[in-house]
Amino acid sequence: MWEYAPAPESRDIANLKPNYRMFVDGKFVEGTGEPLKTINPATEEVLAEVSTASASDVDNAVKAARRAYDRVWSKMPGSERAKYIYRIARQIQERARELAVLESLDNGKPIKESRDVDVPTAAAHFFYHAGWADKLSYAGYGPDPKPLGVAGQVIPWNFPLLMAAWKIAPALACGNTVVLKPAETTPLTALVLADIIQQCDLPPGVVNIIPGAGDVGAALVEHGDVNKVAFTGSTEVGKIIQRQLAGSSKKLTLELGGKAANIVFDDAPLDQAVEGIVNGIFFNQGHVCCAGSRLLVQESVADELLEKLHVRVSTLRVGDPLDKNTDVGAINSREQLTKIKELTESGEAEGAQRWTSSCPLPDKGFFFAPTVFSNVSQAMRIAREEIFGPVLSVLTFRTPDEAVAKANNTPYGLSAGVWTEKGSRILWMAQRMRAGVVWSNTFNRFDPAAPFGGYQESGFGREGGRTGLEAYLDV
Amino acid sequence: MAAPTTLPSALADAVRDESSLRRFLHGLPGVDQVGVEQRAAGLGTRSIKKAAKLHAIDLAISMVDLTTLEGADTPGKVRSLAAKAKRPDPERPDVPQVAAVCVYPDMVKTAADELKGTGINVASVATAFPSGRSTMDIKLADTRFAVEQGASEVDMVIDRGAFLSGRYGQVFEEIVKVKEACGDAHLKVILETGELVTYDNVRRASWLALLAGGDFIKTSTGKVQPAATLPVTHVMLQAVRDWKTQTGELRGVKPAGGIRSTKDAIKYLVAVHEVAGPEWLDPHLFRFGASTLLNDLLMQRRTQLDGHYSGPDYVTVD
Repeated sequence: MWEYAPAPESRDIANLKPNYRMFVDGKFVEGTGEPLKTINPATEEVLAEVSTASASDVDNAVKAARRAYDRVWSKMPGSERAKYIYRIARQIQERARELAVLESLDNGKPIKESRDVDVPTAAAHFFYHAGWADKLSYAGYGPDPKPLGVAGQVIPWNFPLLMAAWKIAPALACGNTVVLKPAETTPLTALVLADIIQQCDLPPGVVNIIPGAGDVGAALVEHGDVNKVAFTGSTEVGKIIQRQLAGSSKKLTLELGGKAANIVFDDAPLDQAVEGIVNGIFFNQGHVCCAGSRLLVQESVADELLEKLHVRVSTLRVGDPLDKNTDVGAINSREQLTKIKELTESGEAEGAQRWTSSCPLPDKGFFFAPTVFSNVSQAMRIAREEIFGPVLSVLTFRTPDEAVAKANNTPYGLSAGVWTEKGSRILWMAQRMRAGVVWSNTFNRFDPAAPFGGYQESGFGREGGRTGLEAYLDV
Repeated sequence: MAAPTTLPSALADAVRDESSLRRFLHGLPGVDQVGVEQRAAGLGTRSIKKAAKLHAIDLAISMVDLTTLEGADTPGKVRSLAAKAKRPDPERPDVPQVAAVCVYPDMVKTAADELKGTGINVASVATAFPSGRSTMDIKLADTRFAVEQGASEVDMVIDRGAFLSGRYGQVFEEIVKVKEACGDAHLKVILETGELVTYDNVRRASWLALLAGGDFIKTSTGKVQPAATLPVTHVMLQAVRDWKTQTGELRGVKPAGGIRSTKDAIKYLVAVHEVAGPEWLDPHLFRFGASTLLNDLLMQRRTQLDGHYSGPDYVTVD
């Protein structure tokens, strides 16, 4: 037997500090909220103490953002704003290893993903939007589209740095200033991004980053001087925010949950479909709003595909997120692990057939072995509710119409995957999918030039691409 | 068409006649180019260090088909290659022997004499290598000559012209007949994937060779660019794995040409390990067709053991 020796990335590269402070008006300051301790989900050890914002800190941050907006940022020519944004992008690249290791420590995702996906894609978002800053007149929103003002942004824990980039880059490019709240369990990389922003000499107050729990997010979106709210997270919280904002003049975009269908036809390239299914649900431990958590496979190839899938999933290496050979890292929190366990138990209780990889799991930390449920029916909770973990539900279909009906039979509508070698069928399916993103013969591909967003309970508004600029312009 | 071995009924049907064979090969699932290249690149980022690396280096050395296929080959050159095969690093007797020495048919006797009793195989290219452009009789005579001279492995080329024009039956028959002519010698079927171009073709040619009884499927002659690539090898490894699922039989894969560094060789071994499976990490089921790779493996082996790199002057140039 050939065992891969441990190949851990050094945690020293993360440059971890015992304390992190919030970033307001160009300075790192102590928050007056109750400090939080962020832990490494792979070991359950405390990584650092992070100061959090109180209601008055939120108010200060919004005031700082308002000042920066009125005095500097909204008046600055786009070509000048672009220089700052390009600088941020280059600094992210410069400090890519530090950010990647820190992200894996704080979030639990494997280093190969933070290194090859999260950090480069975050840099790409800044590069892409920097390019728009002086070209907004040509974006199709009129001759001289204006920014909105202060943007209050709340982001989730599954892609901490990348989501910060998705939010901050377009806001700055369009001339808005930002108050961003990172997730409670993963505040660290956003605060290193704050350090980068400080070193890039952005005018004070243009970007403010205030860690904290849900109450900080609520105070931020409710704040009377915020003009635009962007939220990525659970559908439950998204609904609360939408209720809070009803009747106000604040512009809102929501990017919420999903229960995406990955649809495999019998003429699909099966081996690559298996790769796409694995990437669709086990990428980032399945903590992906657009994860392909429902596999819809045509009955005539279901057995063959399932067998190949089991073989492939058995090769996934679960363990130390810092090991360069780890494919599936740690679940982000105990709370999330409990939720995943509860839903998988419901799958078994409701009669689905459970298969779990026999891969070894570490003794400490929050880990969950990749799991595939077959014989799943539409009525089961595991086919309807977002699990947000490495758990795949397999359903079958017989005809393309049935595939469409089953795929769309969900309150969500964020993404879908279609696997077939037939080009005409891809187009036919893509037209009928009620999903913001439809991937054909691939899955979970992200590009700053491609708009991303959902239907129905997956939210509204788009991020990325020309379309994504609309959310940050007064149009 | 006569199937060489007893095949399960589904596969026996596939080789009943030319049209069944065509239907079968075109009924195989397609290969998505972007997907397979992405997977190969992804697996290429595996980090193999320390004991795992040393193990991989020794394994790779034991899988090398040490090859010389030059018009300028002489008995002297072949003898020195055979000596290298026996003792790849003369100062370090614990270095494993290579799997085989691969030469043209007229050099087989020289190699066989040198390697008698060592357990190292003599492989010979045959069937009008590298183009395969000759008559069936000449190809068979070429094969028989190589085996008579002492080759225990035969590396044949398929008729790419026939394959590309859809005459699968002809290619099938050729492989079956060459296999017969091989007798006890193992048959490696060179697909020359650089001329087949698409991954769909690589998958079809792989299955065609497996159905016709090839013991190994081999990427390339080394005379056509591109020679072996990682994604092509992925497709072929998937084919032998699927073959095992359907028949229970283990068949081998040999990438050849263009694999020059230890780093590359390890990427191939990772693919063998994770695409085909750990069973294939065995010189009976996986080979590297290479000439310069061996020296890099030896240099990296020294680096691992000595803690520093010593350079090309410390390995033999043959």
